[in-house]
Amino acid sequence: MKRKAKGIKNQTTIQNFITYAIVIAFWVFIQIWSKAGQMTSLLNGLLVPICTYVILAVSLNLTVGILGELSLGHAGFMCVGAFSGAFFTKAMAGAIPSVGIRFAIALLVGAAVAALFGFLIGIPVLRLTGDYLAIVTLAFGEIIKNLINVLYVGKDSRGLHLSMKDVASLNLEPEGEVIIKGAQGITGTPKASTFTIGILLVLLALFIILNLVNSRTGRAIMAIRDNRIAAESVGINITKYKLLAFTVSASIAGVAGVLYSHNLSSLAATPKNFGYNMSIMILVFVVLGGIGNIRGSIIAAVILTALPELLRGLNNYRMLIYAIVLIAMMLFNSAPKAIEMRERLMEKVKGKGKGAA
Amino acid sequence: MSFLSYFINGISLGSIYAIIALGYTMVYGIAKMLNFAHGDIIMVGAFATFTVVSTNGGNPIVGILAAVLVCTVLGVTIERVAYRPLRGASPLAVLITAIGVSYLLQNVALLIFGSNSKQFTSVVNIPALKLADGQLSISGVTMVTIASCIVIMIVLTTFINKTKMGQAMLAVSEDKGAATLMGIDVNRTIAVTFAIGSALAAIAGVLLCSAYPSLTPYTGSMPGIKAFVAAVFGGIGSIPGAMIGGIILGVIENLSKAYISSQLSDAIVFSVLIIVLLVRPTGILGKTIHEKV
Amino acid sequence: MAMLEVKNLSISFGGLKAVDDFHVSIEKGQLYGLIGPNGAGKTTVFNLLTGVYKPDAGSIELDGVNITGKRTMDINQGGIARTFQNIRLFKELSVLDNVKVGLHNHHPYSTLEGIFRLPRYFKVEKEMDERALELLKVFDLDQESGYKASNLPYGKQRKLEIARALATDPKLLLLDEPAAGMNPNETKELMDTIRFVRDHFDMTILLIEHDMKLVSGICEKLTVLNFGQVLTEGETSDVLNDPQVITAYLGE
Repeated sequence: MKRKAKGIKNQTTIQNFITYAIVIAFWVFIQIWSKAGQMTSLLNGLLVPICTYVILAVSLNLTVGILGELSLGHAGFMCVGAFSGAFFTKAMAGAIPSVGIRFAIALLVGAAVAALFGFLIGIPVLRLTGDYLAIVTLAFGEIIKNLINVLYVGKDSRGLHLSMKDVASLNLEPEGEVIIKGAQGITGTPKASTFTIGILLVLLALFIILNLVNSRTGRAIMAIRDNRIAAESVGINITKYKLLAFTVSASIAGVAGVLYSHNLSSLAATPKNFGYNMSIMILVFVVLGGIGNIRGSIIAAVILTALPELLRGLNNYRMLIYAIVLIAMMLFNSAPKAIEMRERLMEKVKGKGKGAA
Repeated sequence: MSFLSYFINGISLGSIYAIIALGYTMVYGIAKMLNFAHGDIIMVGAFATFTVVSTNGGNPIVGILAAVLVCTVLGVTIERVAYRPLRGASPLAVLITAIGVSYLLQNVALLIFGSNSKQFTSVVNIPALKLADGQLSISGVTMVTIASCIVIMIVLTTFINKTKMGQAMLAVSEDKGAATLMGIDVNRTIAVTFAIGSALAAIAGVLLCSAYPSLTPYTGSMPGIKAFVAAVFGGIGSIPGAMIGGIILGVIENLSKAYISSQLSDAIVFSVLIIVLLVRPTGILGKTIHEKV
Repeated sequence: MAMLEVKNLSISFGGLKAVDDFHVSIEKGQLYGLIGPNGAGKTTVFNLLTGVYKPDAGSIELDGVNITGKRTMDINQGGIARTFQNIRLFKELSVLDNVKVGLHNHHPYSTLEGIFRLPRYFKVEKEMDERALELLKVFDLDQESGYKASNLPYGKQRKLEIARALATDPKLLLLDEPAAGMNPNETKELMDTIRFVRDHFDMTILLIEHDMKLVSGICEKLTVLNFGQVLTEGETSDVLNDPQVITAYLGE
């Protein structure tokens, strides 16, 4: 029976390695594909965004699937990461000439700032549950986006200047530089994000989340998800572990944001990239990939990011098709009748197989 | 005087939120689902009126009736095709399906009407009311909106308290299983709820676009979310709560636009929601539910 | 000194006194029964003892330490573990992991040690696995350690709850209707297990039960609760023959 317990452990380890292997295989495949000269610029342009969305989906799955709380504000943490990371890279241009080093530190900065936001927002939010938690996270996401749109930050020899009004009120010296320019955001961030870096960050995010889930901490988090009252009764600190999961999830979303911002020469917080629509899109990846299923999140994020782009030829119809496919898949996957029908079909197939043997 | 004018406009905007929030809250109360596509029904209603009025040079009343008809049919159809099969599935699956429906409506509208914003002609032709020597002017739309909101509130409350169907709705929202045992047709009750909610959304759409006349496939999105906030704010599932929530939200939004910052008004609205929920986790008029151990 | 000393414990919900002036004193190693008709407030007493509800009045002392009004989590760490009338397992976790959650506070390593798989992670996880399997074996659940908890049959789910509670290494174990839904054979087996737990772990046990065979078979002392108040208490055989108790159960 000891073997049995060990058997499960080995199984999870194998499953995790398959997940890593899929990501690495994807990278190898793209390398070969591009060496063979098959990459179109459209596909090429999709690679970093795909990595970004994969990281976002995987990190949101920590909140939604593992912790079991519905968050509709994940894009907010991505936004915080994107802006703090890009800000760092721009502001330190003089002090650290190497773009690579600045980018590496920017990733840490983005992760840290997003974690801080996750922590601070988590304290009030995690007292709520269910749909109330969902709407409040949505609200926080919108607030973050809104605040960034009125944020002006400039730098001159006297240091950093901050304003919520306009450029003029920054009172910069003539040679000072405006880094964050309200609704126009940050422009001229070096394009340091590459596909390889993106994949490495995906692997890192996976490493953190998979190992977290399969540890004492992860068990505590899932115990809270499955039954809060029972978890409390065996001495689990609910607040601590909820907050921990939420903060880690936010922090990883922040990293995705830094990756995103260093892939664009001009970064602005619009409803499209950091609004609740983005949060919802990430949630769609998580739900379609299977709640709590990390590998599923990855696959869903890749397919659903690539699909609309690859359907570009269909022009206006592509989003329509996306919507129909989404509804159809949800009905097929989750409708009690559809599940029953699928099960019956499976039994029939199995029965036939047995008959033949 | 200007404060009063902002305040009245706030009540008017809030009345629109309230009408939308009523639909949200009724559907939530009865089907226990967040119908994210509700905001897009508003947009469909506005486009229906727009089409009638602009093509036939038509009668605004016909336009409104068309909107109500189209939206009611649409709401019931969506419920039948997309939501009913998912009854008993996880709430998250229903939520994502609703999001799919929202995308669908937006993109169908995009294909038919394009992404350019359309100039919506107001359906209200009542002249503005001038008070205090013309210092305070209340537009016709504002008056009609507030009046509609009051009428809808009264009719809806009477409907729920006085009719059999209304009582059935209350029963289903309390306990679906028990309602079935008492011989209530749950499916039909839910369908009627969607019909009413969608009809209200149509009216809200027409009023919204009469006050803010630019119409795009995404017009309903943000007001939809705001109304959702209003519903939660007032205590989701509660009809008077939706009303109060909507109006408070509209007033806060308009006053903060006027006195603080128009760019930050949304942030302020959302902050107020957060504060209310932290003090009263189930909204102003929401019921607190204790889990039995 | 008693292991559990409860005095004047009261709570009311919306004007209704659910538990009124409840008291009990349980010696170390005792098997104590809390009985009474439905709605008498038995589970409410458990919820008060474990901090799910805060009492309006009264005091709870565990092994000489006042734990009145503390949080559930702290009370567990202080030494009270419980099971639930309506089974509350971690449904999606394996049988083994359910017990390992119970071991959480006694086999610590940090989150970072877990993420980066530092040596302590492997060492502590191994200890946990061994300890969890040991506990599962007591309840004859070791063969099912890899099953999802929700896939266990009902009787085994009840046993797993007890194993999980024991994993927290309590001084006092509260069992809320452990035999509910079990057939006579399973109940008999459960009685043996409860006795074994008491002897093997040197445990003090307070249990709520409706099955009189179980109560008279294993409980040494009883308290009878009726309408939130203590009706009577004492040696099991005396209490069960008390005409007041019979009236309370059968009505007048």
